Amino acid sequence: MTDLLNSFLRNRWVRKIASPSRFTLFVVALLIIVSTVRRITGAADITSAGLSGATLRFTIPLLMAGLGGLWAERSGVINIGLEGMMIAGTWLGAWFAFIYGPWVGFLAAAIGGAVIGLFHGILVVRIGIDQAVSGLAINILALGAARYLSGILFPSRGGDISLSPVVEQTPTLTVPGISPLLGSIADKNIFLLSDGAGILSGFVTEISYATILLLLAVPLSTWILWKTKFGLRLRFCGENPVAAESLGVKVYRMRYMALAISGMFASVGGAYLSLVASQVYREGQTGGRGFIGLATVIFGNWRPSGVLAGSVLFGVTDALRIRQPTSIHAALLVVIIAGSIYVIWAFATGRMKHGVRALMATSFIGLIYLTVPEIPREFVSFFPNLATILVLVLLAQRLKPPAMLAVPYREREETE
Amino acid sequence: MSTIIDVQGIEKKYPGVIANYDVNLKIESGEIHAIIGENGAGKSTLMKILYGLVAPDSGRVLINGKKVSFKSPQDAMELGVGMVHQHFMLADNATVLENVILGSEPTSTGGVIQFEAARIKLLEIAEKYGLNVRPDQLVSELGIGERQRVEIAKVLYKGAKILILDEPTAVLVPQEVKALFENLKELTSHGLTIIFISHKLDEVLAMANSITVMRSGTTVASVEPKNTNKGELAKLMVGGELPKRGDTSTKPSDEPVLSLSHVSCLAPDQREILSDVSLTVHKGEILGIAGVAGNGQSELIETIMGLIKIDSGTITILNVDISALTSREIRDSGVGYIPQDRQRDGLLMMAPLWENRILGHQSTPPISNGFWVNKSAAKIDSERIVKELDVRTPSINVMAAALSGGNQQKFIVGREMSGDPNLLIASQPTRGVDVGAQSLIWNKLIEARLSGMAILLISSDLDELFNLSDRLAVISKGKIVAVLDPETTTPEQLGLAMTGEKI
Amino acid sequence: MKSRNLLAVLAPLGAIAFSFAFISVILIAKGSNPIEVVKSMAEYGFASRNLVAELNIASTYYIAGVAAAIGFKMNLFNIGIDGQYRLAVFFAAVIGGMVSLPPVLHVALIIFVAMAVGGLWGALAGYLKVKRGISEVISTIMLNAIAAGIVAYLLQPQQLGEQATGSNNLNTPIIDSSGWLPTIPILGGEVHGFIIFSLLIGLAYWVLLNKSVFGFNLRATGFSFRAARAGGVNASRMILITMALSGAMAGLIGMGTLLSQTHSYSISFPSGFAFTGLALALLGRNHPVGIALAAFFWAFLDRSSGVLDLNGVPREIITIMQGTLILSIVVAYQLVKIVNKKQEQKFVGKATLPESNLVKTEGVVSK
Repeated sequence: MTDLLNSFLRNRWVRKIASPSRFTLFVVALLIIVSTVRRITGAADITSAGLSGATLRFTIPLLMAGLGGLWAERSGVINIGLEGMMIAGTWLGAWFAFIYGPWVGFLAAAIGGAVIGLFHGILVVRIGIDQAVSGLAINILALGAARYLSGILFPSRGGDISLSPVVEQTPTLTVPGISPLLGSIADKNIFLLSDGAGILSGFVTEISYATILLLLAVPLSTWILWKTKFGLRLRFCGENPVAAESLGVKVYRMRYMALAISGMFASVGGAYLSLVASQVYREGQTGGRGFIGLATVIFGNWRPSGVLAGSVLFGVTDALRIRQPTSIHAALLVVIIAGSIYVIWAFATGRMKHGVRALMATSFIGLIYLTVPEIPREFVSFFPNLATILVLVLLAQRLKPPAMLAVPYREREETE
Repeated sequence: MSTIIDVQGIEKKYPGVIANYDVNLKIESGEIHAIIGENGAGKSTLMKILYGLVAPDSGRVLINGKKVSFKSPQDAMELGVGMVHQHFMLADNATVLENVILGSEPTSTGGVIQFEAARIKLLEIAEKYGLNVRPDQLVSELGIGERQRVEIAKVLYKGAKILILDEPTAVLVPQEVKALFENLKELTSHGLTIIFISHKLDEVLAMANSITVMRSGTTVASVEPKNTNKGELAKLMVGGELPKRGDTSTKPSDEPVLSLSHVSCLAPDQREILSDVSLTVHKGEILGIAGVAGNGQSELIETIMGLIKIDSGTITILNVDISALTSREIRDSGVGYIPQDRQRDGLLMMAPLWENRILGHQSTPPISNGFWVNKSAAKIDSERIVKELDVRTPSINVMAAALSGGNQQKFIVGREMSGDPNLLIASQPTRGVDVGAQSLIWNKLIEARLSGMAILLISSDLDELFNLSDRLAVISKGKIVAVLDPETTTPEQLGLAMTGEKI
Repeated sequence: MKSRNLLAVLAPLGAIAFSFAFISVILIAKGSNPIEVVKSMAEYGFASRNLVAELNIASTYYIAGVAAAIGFKMNLFNIGIDGQYRLAVFFAAVIGGMVSLPPVLHVALIIFVAMAVGGLWGALAGYLKVKRGISEVISTIMLNAIAAGIVAYLLQPQQLGEQATGSNNLNTPIIDSSGWLPTIPILGGEVHGFIIFSLLIGLAYWVLLNKSVFGFNLRATGFSFRAARAGGVNASRMILITMALSGAMAGLIGMGTLLSQTHSYSISFPSGFAFTGLALALLGRNHPVGIALAAFFWAFLDRSSGVLDLNGVPREIITIMQGTLILSIVVAYQLVKIVNKKQEQKFVGKATLPESNLVKTEGVVSK
């Protein structure tokens, strides 16, 4: 009997649950805070399935743009052209989905994005023009090309110069059994339980297969970059290309590949906007998400999981902004409570400097909470940008950008 | 022992420079072979040829009796030749293991790295050769000595049998030097061959089994340590007669131009980088500053130039306190400055030569009236410098980057001496320049001294210091530890002072 | 050295030719005759009515080009022109609309506010770069979004803006006529009086940059931060000043429109000046005359593209052409640079073969 008990206790899963990781603790704590805030403020939307579903839809494009930025920057090249590549993706996705269905739309966007990424690569790596010039030019070219092609192709097919015809929806998944169960728990209005169920329910109800597939890009990126030879070499091109080349790494070739992957991700993120988040291409649909993608890379400290975290954060604010601006006020309260807990914890563990800083930040947000009845939508829209500047200013020592990021590199020529 | 490397009649030309010619070298298996020579003697080019980075124009290299022609360092590595660079080729943001395996990653299908196998292999190598490395540490957390061990482990991991070390001790503190030498001995006891480049004679005599001396792009002698001594080696490196000191009959005046009194200066992390430095340079005097690199020389210069602020003490030029002045104002008070890194600090590489004449003299006549720049004056004076200092250039309109190192340096020297400053700070004025440029620059410094200029000369070249200086101040760990008379001081005494010992 | 100047002229012409060729291919693919298209664009674009409009647009673009060029001279990439311009013209319009002053003073105040606001917003990016080492490319992209958000917020009727009845166009209150700048009647049209300021700005930019000590210091810092520092330039401060100057210049972009045309800021004010400015600075090689020519060319393309829709060609073909042009121009310059460098090195190499190294002074001492 004791043997059985022991072996049960030694089971991997049991041990995992018994000694939860920091991440699990973090999620649970956050859930408790959010539930409490919902109770206090009555902002029901912040734990609704609608919000979590919307958050997911807003997160994926940012995540794709962010991963696109990450792949490029890890190889040492900055990709200002993410926005243009996303635009290309929205258009290509919609056009090919209109003709051949959504999956071909995604495929076309991926190929198109990779080609544009490669184009950026040839310009900045081989020819050596300024990385920002090339990126900006790609943005403008994509914008012009999308409008030009729309003007020719869409008006005769039920769209117009800035709008495509409606495309077929991507298939969605509603997990049988679990989704209705969670839905019914969410409706019961039980503290914590209903809140958790509400949030989860958004993740299992009518979720597009595309969403699931694209989320896999995060572990896949991590695995390739840190576990494979290709990834190791690619990262060294961003850290020390001279050393990499001296050890036989083809720096140019690695950077071309990184940029093709970068363009592919950004473009697929764009296609997600026109195929999943809505079922139509609309001009201006990307709304600067390519640039926010750049921000998530910094915010995520050049790690795929960090990019995911940043995208979720910015995705939530985006979703809140669109759905119920009042919820933003409630979200502030979540930040204040979480901040206070951190302050107490920091002081308790003797990290006074962190504690004081966090206290100041929390008090500042508290002041806003008390004095401003509603955060203007416009301010929420630049939250990611502001947050990124703050991260760069306040947490610069913690950031580990690739050492040779955006520094032009010339491969050694045959005879010096 | 058998000859493992045989270099025969190597020649290598670059635009404007013959880096190597008629180079001959024999290296025996299992020995520590030192290659010594002054800066610019062609050691680095020879090493680049040996490890496959550049191909020689003519001549041949035999390894184990077979002619080789490397197209890349990988080719050299395949035949067991590995290079340990002076500036480490490591990525800070990656682990030791990742750095070690890069380029020869053990992989399973699909390109997945077998980190476990790699870790075991690295630990075995570390064990066998007594290299203390921890595979999973980030390189950014390592000190200089540890990084060097990683570099060595890296080439061993790739199967090197012949290791080339480029000035391995230049960046190390004495304890680390000792540890390195123990490592190297250990390596040779396992049958590996070591080639190391140096210009430190003591090290070479203590460590090497044989020594090859290079000068002006060619090998001039091969000797064994037991049959030679420092004096002979120095003579071989310098060649023929030592340059004579300029006219020593005139003595410096007693009039102080630059004087530092009790100057201290803290780094941002509160470490003391200059501590209680007092020194005086008189009119018509060259004061040499000797010391091991990184002991506060650059900080000393930067404080005088107003580039870093001092925390206590005073600095005066001609009895005017300059401690609180900006760099611009200090220059305007009659200070010329030859920085040690001419390409980074001395020149606007992508600007034409005549525009470089303006740099540093933006606010002084004839180049400027304080607000407007006088372009024609800059051009006229550039022509003068080109003529007077024999700067080899087709015109003053070419980019500075297009000139050879020696000619760039001559131009800087001419620029900084123009307008006859009261004080000239010359930091490594002849580092890496050809012999012709060196003697010209030395002569210019001596002339300036005779005409009454006060010169602060910072150099790691002992010949330069002994030949030019009226007095020698030795700096160690931010302190002036001795002021010596070059006429009576022996190199041994100076060496002791430089390591911080009292004499 | 003559070949060098020749290449510098040939490069932009070649790039223009290439981009024309490129869009011709696109047009032919679509079934349009490129020659017809160019012809109708030229007819339309050179009509006097349109020439006036082009002059007005060009003078706006010109300032954007100068703003970008100031940054370029320092190796700074000011993508923040958009945000600096938007904040500046907004606050200039708001403050101009609040006060009533004598004519000249009123205009001067508006211009001053625009420069100050744009300059401060630019200096912020400069500060982040100098003090925190944050690349201006990243910080200005972020600051653009923030500026756009701030302006959008403040333009709401309950804040500083107003909404005309029956329209959803938001704008700031109209500035009193004392704060208007007269237009100049040319070719039967009205050219913004601010165009004269634009010309003066170009002249001042050129003189300051190429003739003054300040300009030398700025360029020196652009060439090499460290060398400038060793040469007695407070290089960090120069970065800050340059970003502020570039921002102040960006602040002037909207002045022609504001002072002579709309007299209030509205959401319909154009955007995208960062790309235009950087493109013009690149095309004009940071030279005021070059930027002016480029600005007119750009404005001509923009304006005359209006006729394309009538020919059944989406006018965005011009955007594609502008993008192509800018890429081909930088590629051309880059190639010229590589060729020049090689030539120069060869040239110098020949002239400086060191003879002192060739003398072998001693035989090999054998073991």
